[in-house]
Amino acid sequence: MRPRVAVITFPGSLDDRDALRAVALMGGEPISVWHAAHDLQGADAVILPGGFSYGDYLRTGAIARFAPVMAAVRTFAESGGPVLGVCNGFQILCEAGMLPGALIRNRGLSFVCRWVNVRVEGTNEVLQIPIKHGEGRFVASEEQLARIESEGRVAFRYCSPDGTLDEAFNPNGASHGIAGLWNESRSVLGLMPHPEHAVDADLGPTGGHHVFQWLLTAAQERVPV
Amino acid sequence: MKYRFEVLVSLKEGLLDPQGKTVQDALPSLGWANVSDVRIGKHIDLVVEADGEPEARAQVEEMARRFLSNPVIEDFRVLQAEGAE
Repeated sequence: MRPRVAVITFPGSLDDRDALRAVALMGGEPISVWHAAHDLQGADAVILPGGFSYGDYLRTGAIARFAPVMAAVRTFAESGGPVLGVCNGFQILCEAGMLPGALIRNRGLSFVCRWVNVRVEGTNEVLQIPIKHGEGRFVASEEQLARIESEGRVAFRYCSPDGTLDEAFNPNGASHGIAGLWNESRSVLGLMPHPEHAVDADLGPTGGHHVFQWLLTAAQERVPV
Repeated sequence: MKYRFEVLVSLKEGLLDPQGKTVQDALPSLGWANVSDVRIGKHIDLVVEADGEPEARAQVEEMARRFLSNPVIEDFRVLQAEGAE
């Protein structure tokens, strides 16, 4: 049976359609779940998509984190269920305290929309994935950063095309060049780049495959045999 | 009783405030070369109905901590304002 992947739509989500399509393309069964829902319809994985939930009022993700569905997402994650937050989804996970740190206005103030390279930490693999955000600069306290690093929880860092880490390739000023990060148990992954826009070879690079392969593999383990 | 409060939310010291920096950088060209430490934050005005000022204030402190500010990046102050009914 194909793993069922719930894509949550908040008022103001933009990339939920692309996420649903990417799940299907990568071999999963996409399910659309509205933010006011109280359950995840038996999903084996969850995606919090990009966009501007609740207009990004107050702070990015600050209001979405209190949406009814988030209680179910939290319970699901605590049971080890895989949760992927992309861009606004990453911001929501940080606001919800399901990932450490916060995402603030980009260094240089500009909205950045372009393809970037990110290095898969722990490997030499470089993925090409697009970013499009105004508030994607990851920050955390010194203690939190030290803990994230010592626990090897950085998933992706911005890098050059050959995988070199350098501030010149950091598009938003993120601390330690962090583009994506895991929670303690590695069931929750948040990242600013958009893997759902990088899965179809007819449309460009397919750096997003790596992320969806993790999500669907982790989801498959939860499918009843 | 109704009590009016102001909640001031500011970026933590040490965090770059690009908005504040841009304004600060613009001030010398307008003739104010003597300004430093410009920080831009949020000002939230609200009225709370409660049985007394301490209870109203406790609720505002709680909403500021849980929702109006993000403790990772921001500090807040709660001020009681004129205009309680």
